[in-house]
Amino acid sequence: MNLRMIKYTLGWLLVFEAAFFVVPMLTALVYLESAGLGFLWSALICLALGGLLVLKKPKKSTIYAKEGFVIVALSWIVMSIFGSLPFLFTGVTDSFVDALFETSSGFTTTGASIFRTVEDLPKCILMWRSFTHWVGGMGVLVFIMAFLPLGGGQNMHIMRAESPGPEVSKLVPKVKHTALILYSIYFALTVLQFIILLFSGMSAFDAINTAFSTAGTGGFGIRNDSFSSFSAVQQIIVTVFMLVFSINFNSYYLALRLKFREAFNNEVRTFLLVVAVSIGIVAFNIYGVYGTVGEALRHAAFNVASLISTTGFTTANFDLWPSLAKTVLVLVMFIGACAGSTGGGMKVSRLVIAFKGFAREINTLVHPKQVKKITIDKRAVDGEVIRSVNSYLACYILVFALSLLLITIDGRDLVTNFTAVAATLNNVGPGLAGVGPVSNFADFSVFSKLVLIFDMIAGRLELFPMLVLLSPAAWKKA
Amino acid sequence: MNIIIVGCGKVGEVLAAQLNKEGHNVTVVDERADKVKAVANKYDIMGVIGNGACRSTQIEAGVDSTDLLIAVTGTDEVNLLCCLVAKKSANCRTIARLKNPDYNIDAPYFKGELGLSMVINPELAAAREIARILNFPSAMKIETFAKGRVELLTFKIPDGNRLHGMSVKEVAMKFKTDVTFCTIERDDDAFIANGNFVFAERDLVSIIASPASAKDFFSKIDYKIQPIKDTIIVGGGSIAYYLTDILLRSGISVKIIEKNRERCHELASEFEHAVIINGDPTDEDILREEGIGSVSSFVALTGLDEENILLSIFAKNSGSRKVITKVNRIEYDNITSQLDLDSIVHPKNITADTIISYVRAMNNSSGSNIETLYNLINGKAEAAEFTVCEGSPIIGKPLMELKLKPDVLIATLQRGRAQISPRGHTVIEPGDSVVIVTKGITLNDAADILA
Repeated sequence: MNLRMIKYTLGWLLVFEAAFFVVPMLTALVYLESAGLGFLWSALICLALGGLLVLKKPKKSTIYAKEGFVIVALSWIVMSIFGSLPFLFTGVTDSFVDALFETSSGFTTTGASIFRTVEDLPKCILMWRSFTHWVGGMGVLVFIMAFLPLGGGQNMHIMRAESPGPEVSKLVPKVKHTALILYSIYFALTVLQFIILLFSGMSAFDAINTAFSTAGTGGFGIRNDSFSSFSAVQQIIVTVFMLVFSINFNSYYLALRLKFREAFNNEVRTFLLVVAVSIGIVAFNIYGVYGTVGEALRHAAFNVASLISTTGFTTANFDLWPSLAKTVLVLVMFIGACAGSTGGGMKVSRLVIAFKGFAREINTLVHPKQVKKITIDKRAVDGEVIRSVNSYLACYILVFALSLLLITIDGRDLVTNFTAVAATLNNVGPGLAGVGPVSNFADFSVFSKLVLIFDMIAGRLELFPMLVLLSPAAWKKA
Repeated sequence: MNIIIVGCGKVGEVLAAQLNKEGHNVTVVDERADKVKAVANKYDIMGVIGNGACRSTQIEAGVDSTDLLIAVTGTDEVNLLCCLVAKKSANCRTIARLKNPDYNIDAPYFKGELGLSMVINPELAAAREIARILNFPSAMKIETFAKGRVELLTFKIPDGNRLHGMSVKEVAMKFKTDVTFCTIERDDDAFIANGNFVFAERDLVSIIASPASAKDFFSKIDYKIQPIKDTIIVGGGSIAYYLTDILLRSGISVKIIEKNRERCHELASEFEHAVIINGDPTDEDILREEGIGSVSSFVALTGLDEENILLSIFAKNSGSRKVITKVNRIEYDNITSQLDLDSIVHPKNITADTIISYVRAMNNSSGSNIETLYNLINGKAEAAEFTVCEGSPIIGKPLMELKLKPDVLIATLQRGRAQISPRGHTVIEPGDSVVIVTKGITLNDAADILA
């Protein structure tokens, strides 16, 4: 384990985090809020500590796969810890665990909050919450790698550990250029949404926050009722952009290079199909609640898009909807977005591979000697990838069951606990019942909150980095 | 620059690593998925799995925006096809590795009519290097500059030699030689020679000199090995073929021991004057019978590195005066340098050096052109030859007025046919060819040495 290199990388992370604090500081300047000082202190602490760690560049910069996993897992934990400082310094909460919960929820783009009301929070705090979504959506280390050559030639290990999806491929030969391309697309789409929201009559502050939050598929609201009180047009704009940000960014790159056939690949098609079918079922089911087709469709579309993209905005208290609609919403949470997007969940491509795997398994029972390959977009899927998908699913169920068991100790009801784990592990935000759209996570015990923080980070990093971090094998000398 | 490398073998990997290190965007193509993945995981490059001669694979690898395609698969025909397809469809520059002697004669045609930018034959290059060492056995390694007029020689200071304990300055004064000391390798460290550097036994020293002054130098320091009259080559592959051809011409008698009967027949029909032995070279009796104890040189060229190393140690212990070992894997370098072997030749490195000097030349748009490039001491240092053009910032000023980066040595100047050993007052003129030795700097242009 190359500890020096891990420290060095974490040092740069803190330096970058100090830079991230500039955004809420500027907000505080604009609105003349004294809470801005809390960000200033946090930035100085990060800068001092980070500066100390990056002073000496390690002689041996070689890192291997295990260091990649450990660096990514530790980075997200460290980033959440230091990102929670402003919440404490500004006094909006006095519990460290609550502050940590809020920050991890932000960086992992979950959007689960411990604040009962948000409209009375300082504007700079609201901006920081939204901004953590934007930073966390695309991955912080990928962002840093766009500027710094971190792990010598081996920074692919970091990229692979941080980026979502069963297979991570580069768009161009260099990791640095790939990261730059992805962040440019991300940035451009965010700006586009901001401008469109401005034209729809939203205030600049609301538009920036909404754009950040949607782009990272986060879901921290700036109003107590999330998105219910925004106009129908604005809801439709956000619906579209939530879907836009849950599509693999590689597709946008391919589309820009006019390779439309490759851009519109199996995963994208499957994703859009699932979205369409889910909206159809939900709209049909809630037609009775709203009475008009337009109204039912709008709410169905917004909330399905919000939950499948794992954003977590809401336009209605879907906890009061009929069972079928609620079940569909919970199921799409698990499916999640496309690989290589900013969304969470299990990822469409993974499920496609898993389902084709099941089909092959059944086929082999019928024709025991049949030789069959799983293909996606006319390409055979590598055996390694199928194996990793299967172990991911098994791991996922294990982590889910264990977390559920641990937070049940609090004694809350099954629907609350189940959807709380689902909402955090899939980085969605709201669940049902006790964690439904009009409730929040404040009522959990400290222990349960820690479990859910673990779930959020594990979910964002797709389990393995966190599990490698905890595995003794990774820390053995030889 | 965007570069595609077809073929993920050892040459492909060395090239990918080096070119990536120099900042190019490298894409490797190979049909063997495991090889591509291994290389793409190791370096910051992209891998494409598929047949590199196939247009659609080339498009996937981004041939349309590529500057250079290098085909180094194991098959000459595939390499040629790769280059032809890329040249025709994307009009990029192409380099092909061709090892079959039959194609070697056609190289000018490939370059002229078919538009290949460069044809490289690693086996021929390796054979030439071995022949140079055999012609001047005091050196462990010989590279040539200025079309052979200047040589870069590496030798190991033997135990008890008079160089031990003397500084570079003292050596120059005492022996009055014309050689320039370039690099010294001691243990794992590489040094660029300066006046105060003190030599020690077992240092690996490289010098730049004309062949005549090198000869003079080695006899002055009492380090001279008698000229080679005969040689035993084990392993009758392509390098052996080229080497035999060169050696026979220069009057050295050659004996080849080769296991494969067919190959022996081929060699025998090709070389009337060589002695071809059909037998297992690892068989001690055969080696003794053929005179391993009395032969003046021994060259191990079998396909297995391990076999070559062991055979060389055996030959050395049996009394061969000069032993040359071919080692493909560079990873073994740390181990082989500890063994008491005379000279080690890495054919893959020779190929990579040649291609990389071509890429650097492509990369510099103006100023002076890189002619030759050699990697020294495991890539820790390099020696590059430039032709200095009009307008370069290093001309027209005495060398002592140029502000140079640290660890830069202007080793020699070639003006027309004359070789000049650079001194402080020497002025570089346009058209001169200079050899520069550096450590830790990538030179694309001679002006890169300026601080």
